[in-house]
Amino acid sequence: MSNNPLVRFQNVQKSYDGKILVVKDLNLDVEKGEFLTMLGPSGSGKTTCLMMLAGFEPATHGEIYLDNQPINNVPPHKRGIGMVFQNYALFPHMTVAENLAFPLEVRKMSSSERQERVKRALDMVQLGAFGNRRPAQLSGGQQQRVAVARALVFDPDLVLMDEPLGALDKNLREQMQYEIKHIHENLGVTVVYVTHDQSEALTMSNRIAVFNDGVIQQLAAPDALYERPENAFVAQFIGENNKLRGTVTEIDGDDCVVQINDEAFVYAKAVNVGKKGEQSTLSLRPERVVISPNPQDVQNMFEARVLELIYLGDHIRTRIALLGREDFIVKVPNSANHAFLREGELVTVGWLQEDCRALDA
Amino acid sequence: MTTATAETIDDALLKKRLDKAMFRSRLRAFLLVSPLLLFLFVAFIAPIGYFLGLGIWDSTFHNHMPKTTEALRDWNSISEPDEKMYAALVADMVVARENRTIGKVATRVNREKPGSRSLFTSSARKAAKLEAPFKESLPGVKKNWNDIAVWQAMKTASRRLTPGYYAAALDLKLNSDGSFQRQDEKRRIHMILMLRTLQISLLVTLFCLFLGYPIAYLLATLPARTSNLLLILVLLPFWTSILVRTTAWIAMLQSQGVVNDLLVYFGITDDGSRYSLIYNKLGTLIAMTHILLPFMVLPLYSVMKGIPPSYVRAAKSLGATNWTAFWRVYAPQTIPGIGAGAILVFIVAIGYYITPALVGGQEGTMISNTIDDHMRKSLNWSLASALGGVLMIVVLTLYWLYDRVVGIDNMKLG
Repeated sequence: MSNNPLVRFQNVQKSYDGKILVVKDLNLDVEKGEFLTMLGPSGSGKTTCLMMLAGFEPATHGEIYLDNQPINNVPPHKRGIGMVFQNYALFPHMTVAENLAFPLEVRKMSSSERQERVKRALDMVQLGAFGNRRPAQLSGGQQQRVAVARALVFDPDLVLMDEPLGALDKNLREQMQYEIKHIHENLGVTVVYVTHDQSEALTMSNRIAVFNDGVIQQLAAPDALYERPENAFVAQFIGENNKLRGTVTEIDGDDCVVQINDEAFVYAKAVNVGKKGEQSTLSLRPERVVISPNPQDVQNMFEARVLELIYLGDHIRTRIALLGREDFIVKVPNSANHAFLREGELVTVGWLQEDCRALDA
Repeated sequence: MTTATAETIDDALLKKRLDKAMFRSRLRAFLLVSPLLLFLFVAFIAPIGYFLGLGIWDSTFHNHMPKTTEALRDWNSISEPDEKMYAALVADMVVARENRTIGKVATRVNREKPGSRSLFTSSARKAAKLEAPFKESLPGVKKNWNDIAVWQAMKTASRRLTPGYYAAALDLKLNSDGSFQRQDEKRRIHMILMLRTLQISLLVTLFCLFLGYPIAYLLATLPARTSNLLLILVLLPFWTSILVRTTAWIAMLQSQGVVNDLLVYFGITDDGSRYSLIYNKLGTLIAMTHILLPFMVLPLYSVMKGIPPSYVRAAKSLGATNWTAFWRVYAPQTIPGIGAGAILVFIVAIGYYITPALVGGQEGTMISNTIDDHMRKSLNWSLASALGGVLMIVVLTLYWLYDRVVGIDNMKLG
């Protein structure tokens, strides 16, 4: 934890009904200038955290600090936090320019400065000519840009975004991800972003907080999150993942052996396992599995049957039956001399010990 | 035999083919709605059309006094009536007495010149015995027949297509030469009533808006369980008979009623000087506001229900106080609901009848009560029709104004 974070959640809890905790003891620092994403399935508490930060939901317990000031008792309009809502929440009875001028007007800014800033904000999102339109006359992507511009026009230090791209189609969503990322880089503003789309989170963020069940499961940079998941939930939620369940039979520092189905022993990296005899979930990325490996190169080698081949251009997605599971996925890269498989064929597959992470059950 | 190819199909032919193809489904659609159309025509359009016609068309005098009508047509309304006119009048009166229609004629002329009813009924009794020259013998029966005003009234009454009833509805008097003049001051009652009707309707609309807006807001923002309960509380009176609710207000507001009893009990007023809360304009306002409140709440509620809470949240996150967020962001979005509710309440209120009749007393009655009076008591259906017509024109004008100012498209009924 750094000494001077922009936002600090300290032991924050939230319950809506007095029985169930939606957010359980949240501790999180957001650094200045950071793009932090709260990622998680619906109901994981990520939006609740954002709403508490914006001031629309009171925390049941704990304290939230903004710039080292506790803000639990500061009403939303005094927090000076920009926010982009899921459905943009552009005021339908105002033009685009009036929407952008609204935060400046309530700050009693002079009319000339208002115009100047509105123009600058519209230019920033390449909508300079659309000031006189009503939101309903804009496409989804344009509305999205106006919403971003409106959240930034009054120069807040912090901008919150609540699944802002959820309503856009795939191509537009990807384009907007880059635009928002570039705006963040250019302005140096701090962004807290909520999404349930992992690729969106990986594309845009400096750090990602993976939420599940009201708890941050892992807080790390995108690559660390993908390469080094710390528990089974994160491994499963981020990217594609093969799961193997078994019992730990040996453990020695970073190395361990896990027995699957009373037959096979898998050498794995001990990341999040207890002692001998406990259950563990092995996590293995599909692209790290090698077809017909050289026995000297890999620690783990098993027989498998090819069940299904799906041609995806850059790789061939191969479903194989392995160690009693029929949903084991291998990505065979479409490289110069890759293995040509046929459905029903028996093959050997193998992987490195360090690519196979032994996590909690 | 040639068939039409794609190039030779012109617009008219295409239209004809389309019509032919659509004919069966159109016929079926028409047959399905025809019972309703028939019912609407018989029970709604035809009676209303007939009644509106009564306001400008009155053939009583024309039908029952044909000779007199003929004779009056050439008369210039100023010169002294001549023997020919007297003779025609006497001849008509003899026939009208035999046919027992003289009463209708007398009533008709009496509307033009009050007090002339008995002139006709009593003279008709003796008309058969009169002898020429009638110009001398008829005034012998009643010397009022020399009064030129009676003849002018008859000339006015003899016109079948007449603006007279509409003139009367606007407190104007139709002269026999076709010109208008204002009624005597003490007879100008309809304009006062019309203005009072507009005033009461306007006030009721405003009260409903002030009372209904917060209720609708609560309904739209509270959790579903609570708001459903509240909605039932709004709807329950809506399903109760108007008569029951109006009489309930009588029990509440009369001088020995619940409200006055409470005021006396708490010493706000003493037993001798209880407030008159009912049988006046106040009573009409209270009862009508209560009865029409759901008409305001429901459209407001449906509009507010459609406003996502994120708008107000967005406004607050942008730095607006609760007050600013409400007035600048929330309230403007409820205008369609306000418009719909206000127009509904106003239009229902302006034709309101039973509540003002029961609790309005003298100063709290409305134009519809007068219309009812003419329908059932004075039996002057033509005047009733004209008053109704004026009311309709006022409503349509206001509706048109509303469309110009707010826009009907902006209205949302649910």
